[in-house]
Amino acid sequence: MAILILKRIGTMALMMLVVSLIVFLLLEIDKESVAVKVLGVFTTEEQRRLWLEANGYFEPLYLRYFSWLAGFVTGDLGESTVFRVPVSEILWPRLANTAILGVLAMLVLIPLSLLLGVFAGMREGSLQDRAISVVSIITTSVPEFASGIFLVAVFVVGLHLLPGTSTMIEGFDLTQLVLPVAVLVIYDFGYVTRMTRASMAEVMMTPYIRTAVLKGLPFRRVIVRHALRNALIAPFTVIMLQINWLLSGVIVVELLFAYKGFGTLLLEAALNGDIFVIEACTMVAVFVAVATQTIADLGYTLLNPRIRFT
Amino acid sequence: MENHMTRQPLLEIENLAVSYFTRAGEIPAVADFNLRLDAGEAVGLVGESGCGKTTVAMAIMRYLGGNGRIVDGSIRFQDRDLTTMGKEELRQLRGSAIAMVYQEPMAALNPSMTIGAQLMEVPRFHDGATHAEAYERSRELLADVKLADSARLMAAYPHQLSGGQQQRVVIAMALLSNPKLLLLDEPTTALDVTVEAGIVELIRELAQKYGTGMLYISHNLGLIRDTCDRVCIMYSGRAVEMGSVRQLFEQPRHPYTQGLFHCIALPSTDKLARPLKPIRGQLPLPHQRPPGCSFAPRCDHFAAGTCDTPGLKMHEIGGGHEVRCERWRDIDKDAVTVTAPAEAAQAVGEEVISVNDLSKYYAVRDRSVAAMITRRRVRYVKANESLTFTAREGETVAIVGESGCGKSTFAKVLMGLETATDGAIEFQGKDIANTDVQQRSRKQVSALQMVFQNPFDTLNPSQSVGSQIGRVIRKFDSSTDRSKVRSRVVELLDLVKLPRDFMHRRPRQLSGGQKQRVGIARAFAGNPSAVVADEPVSALDVSVAAAVTALLLDIQRRNRTTLLFISHDLGVVRYLADRVVVMYLGRVMEQGTTEEVFSPPYHPYTEALLSAVPVADTRVRKKRIILEGTLPSPLNPPKGCPFASRCQRKIGDICDTTPPPVLASPSGHAIACHIALAELAEVEPVFTVEQADAAE
Repeated sequence: MAILILKRIGTMALMMLVVSLIVFLLLEIDKESVAVKVLGVFTTEEQRRLWLEANGYFEPLYLRYFSWLAGFVTGDLGESTVFRVPVSEILWPRLANTAILGVLAMLVLIPLSLLLGVFAGMREGSLQDRAISVVSIITTSVPEFASGIFLVAVFVVGLHLLPGTSTMIEGFDLTQLVLPVAVLVIYDFGYVTRMTRASMAEVMMTPYIRTAVLKGLPFRRVIVRHALRNALIAPFTVIMLQINWLLSGVIVVELLFAYKGFGTLLLEAALNGDIFVIEACTMVAVFVAVATQTIADLGYTLLNPRIRFT
Repeated sequence: MENHMTRQPLLEIENLAVSYFTRAGEIPAVADFNLRLDAGEAVGLVGESGCGKTTVAMAIMRYLGGNGRIVDGSIRFQDRDLTTMGKEELRQLRGSAIAMVYQEPMAALNPSMTIGAQLMEVPRFHDGATHAEAYERSRELLADVKLADSARLMAAYPHQLSGGQQQRVVIAMALLSNPKLLLLDEPTTALDVTVEAGIVELIRELAQKYGTGMLYISHNLGLIRDTCDRVCIMYSGRAVEMGSVRQLFEQPRHPYTQGLFHCIALPSTDKLARPLKPIRGQLPLPHQRPPGCSFAPRCDHFAAGTCDTPGLKMHEIGGGHEVRCERWRDIDKDAVTVTAPAEAAQAVGEEVISVNDLSKYYAVRDRSVAAMITRRRVRYVKANESLTFTAREGETVAIVGESGCGKSTFAKVLMGLETATDGAIEFQGKDIANTDVQQRSRKQVSALQMVFQNPFDTLNPSQSVGSQIGRVIRKFDSSTDRSKVRSRVVELLDLVKLPRDFMHRRPRQLSGGQKQRVGIARAFAGNPSAVVADEPVSALDVSVAAAVTALLLDIQRRNRTTLLFISHDLGVVRYLADRVVVMYLGRVMEQGTTEEVFSPPYHPYTEALLSAVPVADTRVRKKRIILEGTLPSPLNPPKGCPFASRCQRKIGDICDTTPPPVLASPSGHAIACHIALAELAEVEPVFTVEQADAAE
């Protein structure tokens, strides 16, 4: 197991390296455009040349890559051209905000969708199955901006129950998070529920569930001891993918509720050509993607003894 | 038999009818089914797939899925009606008084729970045993089903066990609560023949020891003969004949039962003495069953006005022997109508395939630290080791052995899907052992074709039969003339006796037997001089398999094709092969003509293999040899004779240390063994046929 974890982490590092090279080449191979992005369009060629020289842009490409990479590894992410502060000063707080939103969404999403999925899948074709399936298809097919506006109309404009924006200007306020979390959960739970349902329904059809039933075990025991563990292997991977989705998928929600998170940061940076913020955000997103997949792989191995012991 | 009526029945099924409800309406799966089973009695339930035998077992267990329902009749178990029983009462019966053993042991065990945890549930939930008690009892039962090292097995996961071990675990699980009734649904179908013999032996012993009543479901009449007291034959949802094993095997009354016996190739006789006689036609689908007797459209004794009246009943014909046939009095029980005249053995021609010292190794890379230190990072699986044999024109050479013996690897090398590590295969004068199929000439490829094991997976589901065969013809003939290709497709369909309009059908519209016929047509499209058939009928039902086998033989005989027949079914091998090659762990143990291999001197492995075959003929007496242990890992084969670790005739250390010499007789019969030929020749034959039927 230890060897497997080390191997996985090694692969992860390698993938990060490859992606970093691609990001570097895409964004920085054209020195001129970097200078334009940093200094603005209304600068003279001479000014740009001086800036490029001062920042070592005339050195060979591979040396530039290594010093860029070294900066990344040591946490020096460059300076935002828009805010004129180091990227790390804006990136980490924004990331933390999104993490709060994401964790809350996951805390609701995972138990809810697993529970519904298992209930639906354990008696395929039953009333509870059909009801859950229909609801999850409907909620998944409504896009976030639509459900967001709908929820705002009902709970903010209509009932005056919740705040309509989540700017957190007066400090952290949990009520401001209710609507963003609700929008995320409503959009995503149907997907995870249906994956869980399919997996559960498949497991319920297997001969070993028949064995368990015909062994004379109570139905509860059959579900909890025999079906669940096997049925959760597939949804586990899907849930890990949702974490990845949350990171960029929140853009709409963050924008809708004016929440200062990672998504809005990425959007602003892209719109303003804030090159070093884009680079940093990209690398963070890639890291999350690779890390969640690594955890998914390891978790899969833990859940499935056929892979664990060969 | 006399006290049969006075004894209290354990299980009594009366007028049982089970239907499945689908969108298409009600599909009757079982109708008018009656069965009585006494305590400690073993009853066999026999029939082909789709006849309703598993449905009967599942009805007893009341586990018919969401769409199955018992629509009529009663199932009384110890005087309680199972059909009206409440959920909780049913749960307490399941797994305690009535237990079940399933067809696929690997699928029947939960992959993510340890064996111990799965076993212990039974005493925990039925007898309220404590954890320690449950553990102890489970461990004892594992020892009872002859699994060594039971403590280690308790902590193992199912996939870490072999198929035979898994089935023993399932049997142990079923016996843990000391059931009164054991339902066995094809418990050995997924297992190798030597493993099967061990399991059957175990079931018989345990049933005696615990006095369990058994309902043994199988399609294999030979197994029923070995395990049961009485037998019930089912056809198309109904019981058609019932009686003691002796009555039914010696005097089958129903034309279907008689037909079944004619479809089985016995390892005690060959094609010249007793040709197979397939049952014509095919099993009617449930909604296409004719009125009256379901077997009528396939029956030679059909009489209009008698056989097609609805509501035919079982007739008692004495001694508890019952038959559902209106004409049983008119049908001569002994009349074996041999329509296919016995063929004379054919002379064989020149050598077509000559395999010389062929070896195929697979490298396995070990990345563990231990392997790095000992510098044994690459080890070899010796899938084939020094195979040498020849096949001549018009000859059928059978390659037999258990799974893992390397017979399929050999087929791959021969077909060019793999290349040999060492040695040569000479085919039509050219060495092809190292030529990949991509590099072989079109002529070579078309001259050497294959019929695959599973016809359900080997046909492209989205292409019509005609276009699949046509593609092969275009490829091999390089003729693009549409009408020519078309006429050749028709010719081939005629050859395999399929209707011509099947050309436009898709594989899903075909039955298993018809699909395999298409597979045969495809293989013979390029007029091959040699065909490899890898277990061509093992996925098919008995009556269908007989027809396909007969067809394959017929085409082969007419085209004088060399047929390499890979099989584990020694009955079929005896039936159709001219010569036999017996393989074990990648090596040839014995080869010779069929006559030579099936009679002494035997290689000890051949002897064990033969004795493991269930024989559906009560006149045949069989010597019983049960092989102990499992196949050694091909990664680490024994140093001396590969069979030494399981051999029942091992003579001493020499078997473990020195590879055996090949003892050859002048006729070419070769045995690789340390025991002298003369000594092996004195061994008693495995099968002895009682000539006179003195008892009845």
